[in-house]
Formats: sequence, C-alpha cells, structure tokens
Amino acid sequence: MLDRTNTKALSATPVSGHNLKIERSGRLLLGVEQIVFGGDAVTAILGPNGAGKSMLIKTLAGLQKPDRGDVSWNGSTPSRDGYRKVGMLLQHPVLFRRSAIANVIYALKQAGQGTRDAQALAHEALDQAGLSAIADTSARLLSGGEKQRLAMARALALKPEILFLDEPTASLDPASTLRIEEMIGAAAKVGTIIVLVTHDMAQARRLSERVLLMHRGRIIEAGRTADFFDRPNTPEARAFAAGEILL
Amino acid sequence: MTRLTLLSAGVAFTLAAAPALAQEGDFIIVQSTTSTEASGLYQHLLPIFQEEAGIEVRVVAVGTGQAINNAENCDGDVLLVHATAQEEAFVEAGFGVSREPLMYNDFVIVGPAADPAGVAGSTDVVDALTKIAESEAIFASRGDDSGTHSKELELWEVAGIDVAAVSGSWYRETGSGMGETLNTGIGMGGYVLTDRATWINYGNKGEYTVAVEGDEAMFNPYGIILVSPEHCENVKAEAGQTFIDWMLSDAGQQAIEDYKIDGQQLFFPDADESQS
Amino acid sequence: MQSFADAFGEAFRLIASFDADLRAIVFLSLQVSLSAVIVAAIIGLPLGAFLAVSRFPGRTAIVVAITALMGLPPVVVGLIVYLLLSNSGALGPLQLLYTPTAMIIAQSLLITPIIAALARQTIEDLNDEYHQQMTLFGLTSGQRLVTLLWEGRFSLMTALLAGFGRAIAEVGAVIIVGGNINHVTRVMTTTIALETAKGNLALALGLGIILVSIAIAVNSLVFALRGTAERAAYA
Repeated sequence: MLDRTNTKALSATPVSGHNLKIERSGRLLLGVEQIVFGGDAVTAILGPNGAGKSMLIKTLAGLQKPDRGDVSWNGSTPSRDGYRKVGMLLQHPVLFRRSAIANVIYALKQAGQGTRDAQALAHEALDQAGLSAIADTSARLLSGGEKQRLAMARALALKPEILFLDEPTASLDPASTLRIEEMIGAAAKVGTIIVLVTHDMAQARRLSERVLLMHRGRIIEAGRTADFFDRPNTPEARAFAAGEILL
Repeated sequence: MTRLTLLSAGVAFTLAAAPALAQEGDFIIVQSTTSTEASGLYQHLLPIFQEEAGIEVRVVAVGTGQAINNAENCDGDVLLVHATAQEEAFVEAGFGVSREPLMYNDFVIVGPAADPAGVAGSTDVVDALTKIAESEAIFASRGDDSGTHSKELELWEVAGIDVAAVSGSWYRETGSGMGETLNTGIGMGGYVLTDRATWINYGNKGEYTVAVEGDEAMFNPYGIILVSPEHCENVKAEAGQTFIDWMLSDAGQQAIEDYKIDGQQLFFPDADESQS
Repeated sequence: MQSFADAFGEAFRLIASFDADLRAIVFLSLQVSLSAVIVAAIIGLPLGAFLAVSRFPGRTAIVVAITALMGLPPVVVGLIVYLLLSNSGALGPLQLLYTPTAMIIAQSLLITPIIAALARQTIEDLNDEYHQQMTLFGLTSGQRLVTLLWEGRFSLMTALLAGFGRAIAEVGAVIIVGGNINHVTRVMTTTIALETAKGNLALALGLGIILVSIAIAVNSLVFALRGTAERAAYA
C-alpha cells in the first residue's frame, strides 16, 4: 500500500509556476507570472477555448516545457519520480489495449507497487469508481462514460497529492458527469489537491473553492468561487460569469 | 519478459539446428556447371557414390564462369565444368591440382520446325551459323560467360561473324542459364546452341527439334579438378580426391555411361584414353 | 506450351503425393524464412521503435535510408553475404556458406529494413497518442519502447507478415548463399528456378501454387491467432 506518511518528506506539493511564458509565431499562448496550488482543495480554471487553460496545467504537470519560467514541485523541477505524486487526467486519456483492471494494475506497478498490492489496490479503485462489473472487459470496448471513469480511477489509484483534470466531463452525459464529480469530491475529501479545467460554470460552482479565469494566455481574475460569481472584478469576468461569450 | 526469452530460445534453436542439419557426416562441395545438374546426371551418380564411399556430395550448380570463380574463392573442393581452356588456366594459376578429362557429350543447335534459316539437318556448324547470320534469324545466346557461351563465341569467331556488333538485333543475349535461355529462345522462335544432355532432359521443347548436330567442332568435353589444398587450406583434399578417383574409375565411368533418358545416352565416358 | 491446367494438375499431384523430398523442401523453406523473421523482428522492432520515439541529429537520414532499403534487391544481399561468408571472405572461417544458416542470415538482412521501417511508422503514430500518458506514468525510455511495442502488437504483426512474405518468396539471395544444394539448401523458390531451367514449366508452376498456398496458410494462421488474441484482449 502507498504509505503517505512515509513519503511526506518528499512531498511534491505545492506545485507552482513562476514567469511562465509560451509563445508560438508571435502569439502569446501562456503568460502567467505567479501561480501556486497548495492549499485549496478544488480550484476550477475557467475561460474560453484557446485561453491557455490546458497549456497551464500541462506546463505545471511537466508535460509542456515553457519557453521561459520555472515550474516547481515543492522546490524540485518536474521529474519522472515526481509523477507518483503529481497526477493528471488528460483531455483524451489513453487507455491501454488490455482489460480495465490491467490498466490500473499497470499504472500501480509502474509507480512501484508489488503485483499483489497492485491487484488489491486496483480492485479497490474500480470498486470506488463503480466499475467492478467491467474489471475484465477490454478498456477499449468501454463506453465513453466508463472509459472516463476508468481513467479517473486509474489516476486516483496512485493516490496523487495533486491531480490536474483537463475537462474531465466535456463529452459525458449527465449521469456520467455526476459519477465523475462524485469521484472528484471524494478525492478532495481525502486531501487530494484538485485543479479542474472546465467550461461548465455550474460545475465550477458545485465543486470548487477557488476560481481562476484565463483569457488570451493570462490569468485575468482569481478569487473565491462565491466572490467570482457574485462580485467579479474585471469586465471580462463579469461578462463571463453572466454567461456572455468572451472573445 | 518471458516472451523475449521464448523468442530467443526459438532463434537459438533454429540457428543451432540449421548448421547441425548441414554438417551430418562427411561431405564435399562440388562447384559445377548447370548442364550436369539440369540433365539429372547427379541424381543418378551421387547416390551410387555415396553408397560406396560414405561421402555426401553437395553440388552448387552455376555457370562455368561463376563455378570457377567460386572455386577460386575456396568455396568448393572439386570443380566440374566444361571449358577446357579456362580449366587449364585455373590449374596453371595454382588454384587447381590438375585437370582430368571426365566425359564428353556434344553441343547441338536446336531450332523451330519452320526453320527460317534453312539449317535443319546440317552437320556443318560454321556453315549453319553463317546462314543464321545472313538470314538474320533470331539466335538466343547464353551471354553469361558459361562453358556453353565460350564455345558458342568460339564458333562465331570461326564463322567470322562479329556477334557483339549485332547484339540486341537478331542476336539476343539472355544472360542466364541453359534452361532459361532455352525457354527464352523458344519463346522468341529463335535458334539456340545447347549441350545435348540439357536438351534431352528439357521438358518444354514444343515444336523444337535438333537442327544442327554431328560436327566435330561441337565436341563438348567435361573436366574434373581438385581445388588446390595449397591455395585453399579448407579444401577437403582426401574426400575430394576420393570422389574424383571414383568418377574416373571403371565404376564411375560405367555409371556415367548408364545414365539414359528415353533410351538416349547423355554423356560419354572420357577418362580411359588419357589415364591408360 | 504447357497450360495452366497442367500446372494445377501438377500442383494437386504434388500435394496428393507430398513425398519426402517435397516435405523436406517445404519444411526448410519455412524453417529458413520463419527464423529470418524472428531474427529480423528482434533487430527491426526495437530499432523501428527507437527511431519512432527518439530525436537526434541524423535520425531523418537513418529513417530515409532504412525505408529505401526496403527495396533492397535480394541478389545484392546474396552477393554481400556470399562475399562475407566465402572462404576468401572475412567470415570464411565460420564455414557457413552453403548452409541454411547462411540463408537465414541473408533473408534476415533482406527483411530487417522492412520490419524496422513499418514498425517505425506504426510506433510513431502510436507514440503521438501515448507519449503524454506515458510521461504521466513516469516511464523511462526503455519502458516506453516496451509499452509501445506491446500496445502496437496487432499492427506490428502486419510488419512481420510483410517480412515473411518477402523472405519466403525471394530466390536471388538464397540461391547464391545456399547454392541450391539438393537435400541441404534447396527451398521452394530455388526448386522452382531449377525446374524452370529444366523446362518443366508445369512442375515449376505447380510448386509455385504450393508456395502461394503455404503463404496463405501462414497468413491465415496469424490472422486467426491475432483474432483470438484480440478477442481475449478486448473481451
């Protein structure tokens, strides 16, 4: 079993970025001076398409190298070993060509679990995701909702300290969305720091304590969720919160 | 990783099995002309020899030019070809021990029933070649430096015809073995010079018959040479000599004489006269 | 001229009799070509996967070269291997010329570029899909290669079959390094070449029909196994 107390000394959080900048053909895709994820349980990142939301969390998760600036995982640069504590659910998670349970076992073994522990933990993870019935089904044959829950279960099985979620419910029906939200809530409850990119403002309201609004690569407003929706500071945030289309 | 282990085991097995398969018992390699193989002679001779001597003979049948070249590279123990001048040069250069006359047959020119050059029934090969050249009837040549090819060029030279100059018009060089050249020549309706043994055993004659035969100039002697152990350390001189001795012995010569297809004898023993 | 009907008749006669000589020839053909596929897979699959995921100066040149080598003429490979294995060549002391091992070496050289080039394309496409996920799993470069090869296993079978098809069908390389020695290095294709030279066209074509049938059988077997494995993986 993953022993959280043992690894505390090597914690990967807080995850922070300083002076992050990414430009492509003269266009600013990401320009964030300072961002820290450490305390709050759930942060939602909002903003229109192309605002830089995915790029920000990919950069913080170490998948995207910034042109300038640094990403720090509790003082260290992103590394292979750190991925045991920094998790991310990609917008299009890749499930391997094997059974649902084997997908989870693979990830656990990769994180250093022995075969027996990995099996036990994987069954536990599928159980919590309500996927026990399809444990032996090939992951590639699952429905869209099941696939997303499996990917989520796989990410959570590693018990990351922080989990970045890139539009986890973007193409799901309401029932599947609810299941994913329940999983997010449960993870947050046991202390996992959640960073959630979403277009769904109702979801942000339901789940998050803090909101970041991004526009054209920059964070233009950050605050408590209630404040953001009730008393936005910037005209863009006011427009966005009111459901207008931000260009 | 078990898969990889299995895989490597499989490779180890096949790689190990292959040479084992190849190295059972004592064997020699004979670099040979194609006519002796294509005529079926070896399938008749070799089992008899193997039975008597317990030595397996492995035949690599290629054109005379390539066979000599392979032997020069030490890739054979015995050389059995039919190009006397080249064979003597091979021995003189120190690659072979000595050339022994083994057997002979003869060359013939085969042609279509229509006989466009009017050479059918001729016994004068130079005259026949001249007629073929004059009528510009198609002639298919080996063009591969083989014994048969050298013989053919020799005959054209006697006839005073420069075939290199007309190559590609009525004179066509196939650049391949005897059988392939017959296939090509017959396909084009042309004349072909071939050794008689290959012709008798050849299965795709169609309307073709022997047009020119019986000229002394078409004599086709085969020689046998032990590759020099001084030139090539790896030569199995003893086993090779055993094979040569047997081929030249009464038993071997009788076996050559006995090989017949449809009642026709393909090769004529030639050892006695020189050995006596 | 002999007809196709004769050839089919000859093929059926051969199959019906399926005598010891024919069995040995068929068996040797399969042994040589399947061994070559295994050797080429052991070299070509990791090489292709490595080229698919790595970026270094000169990589494109190597990829272009390997892709071009897919069209390597068998007779050239045969010649190169002959010159190496000849008693006057660098590897002469190994005494491998005119053995099945020499034929396996030649065919392996011939088809390794095919397997490597096709594997590279397959793995490169797969890597586009997988690389972020694999980063998130904290995989080392070596673990990535293994994972990609395993995930691409069904597509990679096609690369192996392409290599097998080329190996079992070629005559230019094996006839030079094997020598077409009766009962030792004679395989399907060299037998066909010999029977053609003898003018036994129906027999040659009959053997050709058997060769094609064997190729079809091997492919069917692989597809059947793949289907079963795929159902198992997806069931």
